[in-house]
Amino acid sequence: MSDQILAQPELAGVHIDTDSEDISRSEVILKGALAAGAVYGALAVGPFVGRALAMAESGDVGILNFALTLEYLEAAFYKEAKTRAKASGDLKSLIELVGRDEEEHVGALTETIKKLGGKPVAEPKFDFPYSGTSGFLKLAQTFEDTGVSAYNGAAPQIKAKEVLEAAGSIVQVEARHAAAIRLQNKEEPAPEAFDPALPEAKVLKAVEPFIA
Amino acid sequence: MAVANKPSALERVTSDPVSRRKLLAVTGGSTALAAFLAACGSDSNSTTTMANNGGGKTGTEQFGKGDVGILNYALTLEYLETAFYADVVKSGLFKGSDLETIRKFGSEEVEHVSALTGFVKQMGGTPAPKPKTEFPLKSAKSVLELAATVENLGAAAYLGQAPNIKGASVLAAALSIHSVEGRHAAALNTLLGESITPDGAFAKPAGADEVLKSVEPFIVG
Repeated sequence: MSDQILAQPELAGVHIDTDSEDISRSEVILKGALAAGAVYGALAVGPFVGRALAMAESGDVGILNFALTLEYLEAAFYKEAKTRAKASGDLKSLIELVGRDEEEHVGALTETIKKLGGKPVAEPKFDFPYSGTSGFLKLAQTFEDTGVSAYNGAAPQIKAKEVLEAAGSIVQVEARHAAAIRLQNKEEPAPEAFDPALPEAKVLKAVEPFIA
Repeated sequence: MAVANKPSALERVTSDPVSRRKLLAVTGGSTALAAFLAACGSDSNSTTTMANNGGGKTGTEQFGKGDVGILNYALTLEYLETAFYADVVKSGLFKGSDLETIRKFGSEEVEHVSALTGFVKQMGGTPAPKPKTEFPLKSAKSVLELAATVENLGAAAYLGQAPNIKGASVLAAALSIHSVEGRHAAALNTLLGESITPDGAFAKPAGADEVLKSVEPFIVG
């Protein structure tokens, strides 16, 4: 595969057999974790990721629950930010807008998982260590950029077209959030021509520190 | 690289407009899911936004078969965007940080052209030709508005085709571009003092027919 096409060429060597209905979610996660571990260093996962991998469900419900965990995190983060970010003006409005979007994402993902006969994951307790506006903005940028990469990484494994459409419609909004937050941070709204994709294990490891 | 798409039960139900309505009724009209399913493409434009709506037509067939056709459709749109940004830079309408933003977005569209061209060739297809274009460049404000329109439409175009793509690596590439177009759209909307999310929490897809009709005025000769 051409490196110029793949945003994460190191994943090219990891063959995820999406033709097979038999491939289990945990197998996919493990392959992703191994690939990530090979690139990013030791495959040391803490209790949250360990539990997530152990409980990992197969198929679209598993992916939706992964997305739901991230949306829970973002919704909680922006809810707290209403007071903790000490924002005013445009940033204050942006925090309210983004928070509303994340709440809607939580709702939609929860409903869809139930309709597919799955069990939505419980909302974790979070801990966001930051203070003030610039601290908030740094974290917000990380969460939004990571969210985009998480959806882009998971989406090619989705089986049902409806679920893919939903993931696509959400990731575009996360990308819009990311651009707006970056502008508030006086950063490039679109730093790369191709947004990277991250495997689930890497994303879970990245958000683990914020799970209380 | 093609991946067999075995339709799931959910997929069979939801790809047919009548069944979609039944599914919406069965969900008890819960607001979140209803909005979510509606965002996937209302019945009024279901022929262009829903994948395989009883005929497998993506609206990109004129550009080639299957994934090559979709990539060439995307390539055509990216050519339009590169031409537009090049014209805008030349126009001298922008300076300072706005000019920098426009240059940056233009250079990213050039990378998209390059990647899509390479991908089509890799798949044994013939890349779509660069169209001759003409864009109205009356004022900085009207140009920004046009840029925002084009980017928002481009993002919707990628979103509209994502479910039609068969190859996992083609889908991964399309998604990696799709989100960047979303970033561009939001940044331009911000410059205009408009909402970063004109569709709300769930971005709406646009079908190829709608998109091609919208860009037709800019293609000349």
